[in-house]
Amino acid sequence: MTTTSTATSPPTESPGPAKIKRKGLSQRRAILTFVGPFVVLFALFYIVPIAYAIYQSFLTVERDGTFGPATQVFGGFTQYVAVFQNDEFWASVVRVLLFGIVQVPIMLGLALLFALLLDSPLLKGKKFFRLAFFAPYAVPGVIAAIMWGFLYSPTLSPFAPVTQNVSFLSADLILWSIANIVTWVYVGYNMLIIYSALLAIPTEIYEAAKLDGANNWQVAWKIKIPLVTPAIILTAVFSIIGTLQLLAEPQTLRSFSTAINSTFTPNLAVYTTASVPNYSLAAAMSVVLALATFALSFAFLKATQKKAFA
Amino acid sequence: MSTSSIARRKAPVAAPPRQNGGSKRENPMSRGAAMLIMGVFTLYFLTPIWWLFVSSTKDVGEFTTTAPLGFTADAIPNFFGNIGRLFAYNDGIFLKWIGNSVLYAGVGALLGTLFAAMCGYALAKYNFRGREAVFNVVLSGVLVPATALALPLFLIFSQIELTNTYWAVFLPSIVSPFGVYLARIYGSSSVPDELLEAARLDGSGEIRTFFTIAARLMSPALVTIFLFQFVTIWNNFFLPLIMLRDQSLFPVTLGLYAWNSAIGQNPELRSFVIIGAFVSILPLIIAFLSLQRFWSGGLAAGSVK
Repeated sequence: MTTTSTATSPPTESPGPAKIKRKGLSQRRAILTFVGPFVVLFALFYIVPIAYAIYQSFLTVERDGTFGPATQVFGGFTQYVAVFQNDEFWASVVRVLLFGIVQVPIMLGLALLFALLLDSPLLKGKKFFRLAFFAPYAVPGVIAAIMWGFLYSPTLSPFAPVTQNVSFLSADLILWSIANIVTWVYVGYNMLIIYSALLAIPTEIYEAAKLDGANNWQVAWKIKIPLVTPAIILTAVFSIIGTLQLLAEPQTLRSFSTAINSTFTPNLAVYTTASVPNYSLAAAMSVVLALATFALSFAFLKATQKKAFA
Repeated sequence: MSTSSIARRKAPVAAPPRQNGGSKRENPMSRGAAMLIMGVFTLYFLTPIWWLFVSSTKDVGEFTTTAPLGFTADAIPNFFGNIGRLFAYNDGIFLKWIGNSVLYAGVGALLGTLFAAMCGYALAKYNFRGREAVFNVVLSGVLVPATALALPLFLIFSQIELTNTYWAVFLPSIVSPFGVYLARIYGSSSVPDELLEAARLDGSGEIRTFFTIAARLMSPALVTIFLFQFVTIWNNFFLPLIMLRDQSLFPVTLGLYAWNSAIGQNPELRSFVIIGAFVSILPLIIAFLSLQRFWSGGLAAGSVK
């Protein structure tokens, strides 16, 4: 097996076959040393659990009579049928999809706006804004939810005049109150990714555009945004995954609001089902959820790629 | 709001007819609008943190009776008094939680970065059979929701009696598929083949070359991977939630969550939750501030091309 490095070695050096072989051998050993640890860990903590979840999702519990000992037997698609008949689970899926359709575009739109402003010569104190907007990313979801839980509460909030009139913790608004928390935490992070991509655009492109008479709106729309599309797609895919994974914020806010039930998001439903305990049904839910995440991420990648390269 | 007269960086070009003013001059309206937008959102992003900070300088009585966003006269002694009581409560369990988080996230991110960097480097710089297959499998790992892994991991760990141990949270945390992706992208663009070849001619072994030359060239990406992984582990909630029962093993997020859920039975905990929340976000903010000049360079690596 040859390697790129032996192929590119300078012509002055003409190693004998033995040397190449020794080099090939030591490189193969190096490759194993480099790739080995990660691949083993990846197999143990990604591939094995996924395989185990799939296996578990095909089991079902059988009992001899009502009080007989429980035994796990192969149940085919029993659990999947149960997942598809589980209205609470689907209600939670619809809820997070609604959440995502509204929250992700708002968050990424703001992130793009802030990144473009940071990249424009209009702002003073860019470094300050960059850090101020990014700071919430240092706040874990649980802590952010606790903090906003206090801020939303009618009695403890520093904005009591507002929170006494608008009940952020009510059933009508709680989903959007969570959306606000998620937006607050992640806008700055997404802004930085897009901003870094903007910084990587070579300035010659702008010079050429100026020579062609483009104004700054046109530069933003026709040059900057198309060139940072890969970064926006990356942030969008992560946001989609994050939306379907929503757990820490709603779970934490349950101590502030009675409007969040134990199946509010799909992950909460999985957690609740697993603590019943009904591991097989919970495993089937996890598999469905993982497949849905995959499908949505891929569909999004495909759709945006077509648009970006049409 | 028109942003029409922006001179882009140092582009010394003739202004097109519709642009008002010279190429260096900004429209004051646009400038004002931009500053206004950023100012309003600065308030949005920083007010909650400010409130948390101010609240942690109040004693229990003042919390509901004084202005929520302003300091009181004895803010400084109260702050240290609060911190003292927080650290003393329940035999210093809070300090233990912070220590656990630092251990989980610090050691986990360090090892995670090392393994991801080595793997990504090998994928970038060596041609071997199965290279693309490994990369594609790892890349699809980025799309797997961490919560979908946590439950089967719990079942597996409970069979080998590893739940409710340090390892149950630590071991799964050190795998970072996104880190491999970043390391590969950055490694292939920042480590020149010629340099590796020169090192080989000098008789440097492959592994030594990686640690002495390649790792140094990849350092912006490595810092980014480390911080990304550190934050991911620090913020992880579901895995410790289902794995750990013993409070002394909790990371600080889970500990504060437990306190917060118990406020109903024990109202005294409310002030500890608020002060604890403030103390717990300090390490990350300090880490970001002190490392920012390293990571800002690496962030773009994952998103360009």
